[in-house]
Amino acid sequence: MKRITLAHGGGGLEMRRLVEEEILPRFGEGPLRDLPDAAILPPLSGAPVVSTDGFVVQPLEFPGGNIGHLAVHGTVNDVAVGGGRPRWLTLGMVLEEGLPFDVLGRVLDAVAGAARACGVKVVAGDTKVVPRGACDGMALTTTGIGEAIPGLALGPRRCRPGDRVLVSGSIGDHGAAVLCAREGFERGPDSDTAPVHRLVAAGAALGAAVRFLRDPTRGGVATVLHELAEAGGVGVRIDESAVPVAAATRAVADILGLDLLQVACEGRVVAVCAAEAADALLGSWRSLPEGRGAAVVGEITDTAGRVVLETALGGRRVLLPPAGELLPRIC
Amino acid sequence: MSVARALAGRIAELARALDGRAVRLMEVCGSHTMAIARHGIRDMLPGNVRLLSGPGCPVCVTEPGYVDAALALARRGVGIATFGDMLRVPGSDGSLASARAEGAVVRAVYSPARALELAAAEPDRPWVMLAVGFETTAAPLAALALEIRRRGVGNLALLCAPKRVPPALDALVADPELAVDGFLCPAHVSAIIGARAYEPYARDHGRPCVVASFEPLDVLHGLAGLLEQIVAGEARVDNRYARVVRPEGNPAARRVMAEVFEAADARWRGLGTLPRSGLRLRESFADLDAERVHGVAVQPGREPPGCRCGEVLAGRTEPEDCPLFDRTCTPAHPVGPCMVSSEGSCAAAWKYRGSQGRKS
Repeated sequence: MKRITLAHGGGGLEMRRLVEEEILPRFGEGPLRDLPDAAILPPLSGAPVVSTDGFVVQPLEFPGGNIGHLAVHGTVNDVAVGGGRPRWLTLGMVLEEGLPFDVLGRVLDAVAGAARACGVKVVAGDTKVVPRGACDGMALTTTGIGEAIPGLALGPRRCRPGDRVLVSGSIGDHGAAVLCAREGFERGPDSDTAPVHRLVAAGAALGAAVRFLRDPTRGGVATVLHELAEAGGVGVRIDESAVPVAAATRAVADILGLDLLQVACEGRVVAVCAAEAADALLGSWRSLPEGRGAAVVGEITDTAGRVVLETALGGRRVLLPPAGELLPRIC
Repeated sequence: MSVARALAGRIAELARALDGRAVRLMEVCGSHTMAIARHGIRDMLPGNVRLLSGPGCPVCVTEPGYVDAALALARRGVGIATFGDMLRVPGSDGSLASARAEGAVVRAVYSPARALELAAAEPDRPWVMLAVGFETTAAPLAALALEIRRRGVGNLALLCAPKRVPPALDALVADPELAVDGFLCPAHVSAIIGARAYEPYARDHGRPCVVASFEPLDVLHGLAGLLEQIVAGEARVDNRYARVVRPEGNPAARRVMAEVFEAADARWRGLGTLPRSGLRLRESFADLDAERVHGVAVQPGREPPGCRCGEVLAGRTEPEDCPLFDRTCTPAHPVGPCMVSSEGSCAAAWKYRGSQGRKS
């Protein structure tokens, strides 16, 4: 099996071949063609929106995607929920000595495919190789550049009591998929890793009625709602029975003792919009494949900083963000 | 959910029939504590029905010295396989999570059988499975010991501190200060020990006992069952989880446990030393006993100053009444074991009832 060696990061012949055989065929159109030191991009049509993120995940490949999908979607989604239309992406790779070439190939295929699907181009990149044990397979860093979408004005302080809270699809699928892959469960759910820029664009059509957008990654929906409640000086009431959950993910959560509201999604959006615009937003989301499972799950209240869950059973509890790591229970 | 509403209505009706008398019901098991908190069940109960959390969270009742012994092994290069809850339990000097960050080999497992794979993958490293839990967990731990023996695995031992639920209940009912009007008995533990195990608490101590599953509707159904007995002035064992729990339990599982373990006096955090309340490896399995194999001993250890986990476990104190609760002790930085385990009363109170001043 062909593997990455330290020579592939040495700047010499092997590195040249790595770039020519693995990078250029996938990303060689556009600014990367002649491998310049820096890409010169055309002017943007709006204010630049920039986000950067690092990606590490074990295993590197999991049902529904791999670290390459995450590296594109994670950053593209941050640019999108920040109110930007994603245009350009940079890719930094740290590879561990010994990484099989076929894994690298699948990850780069995922980056290329996901970028194409999001309408972004990879315009700059870097590769380093570290000795075995210095990283866990590979780590990716992407920076996304987009242009502000006119008419979108987002922020927690814009949320008002009575506004509706929506999610764009079932929650917790990514975290549950990765935990299953890590634990060797044979048939867990697929990760929801996907771009959300079209969901954001659908929201932009509603203008100022859309108050807040966020992708619930680490810490899940609970963390997003908390940040919203604290930064916005409002409360949130969530109706548990309205929150979409996939059956396989629910089963995993029950077995492992996870609260899905605290589990990461990689292709979902939490939105707050004016009550009178909720049906329109829901309708336009549901007309997209990535928003098919969207639902109105709650509303903004006036109890500042407090997120309350009305349970499916009919009880109420305060919803808190997770603390520590997600841990399996004894029994 | 109309069934839930009907059950809540039934509970309210029974509570009214108590004529203003306040009753305290103890859920013995940590999984019930979790279910009650997670589904907001406290919020559905009338004011005169209080729920207390019992000593049924395995991590919570494990003494601090146990963590110290595990830490000593981990720092010596022994690979540690453990249920995830144990990772963040503070010992006298750090936790397994902090030892892992320093480079110790500590792996969270979902099943004791996973320890066999870990030991096989690194045959040159000695491995220890942290064997804590109640009867539900003791059975697969016993099966693990038999499997180690069958396969002739030479690098895997057990650091043993499994516990038995009935002796803890014996201690609780013997405490004249304990104001508990009925027990919501565990689901999975009962599947092993059988519903009959609770008969003494009903017959000899006059405490109604209801076995119920962890499903939220079953919990409500179980609480209604306890109130029915209290209103009727009865005390008996009512098995409301008969689809899984038989009167005699699971004799096959108990046979495996009896083959590997024997009852021994054990120290419980908060309850002290209880006769025959723990399980230790039989002499014939001494070669799998991590304490002997690696020359460590589980000492009582030092409980963190100010921590009232002991009183919480005995049902004498509510988490919110502990001076450390939500101040120095939070799920991100737990001081006591009841805050570490997701099943712990303090973690459940913090997570689901809200922190200080937000008690619902």
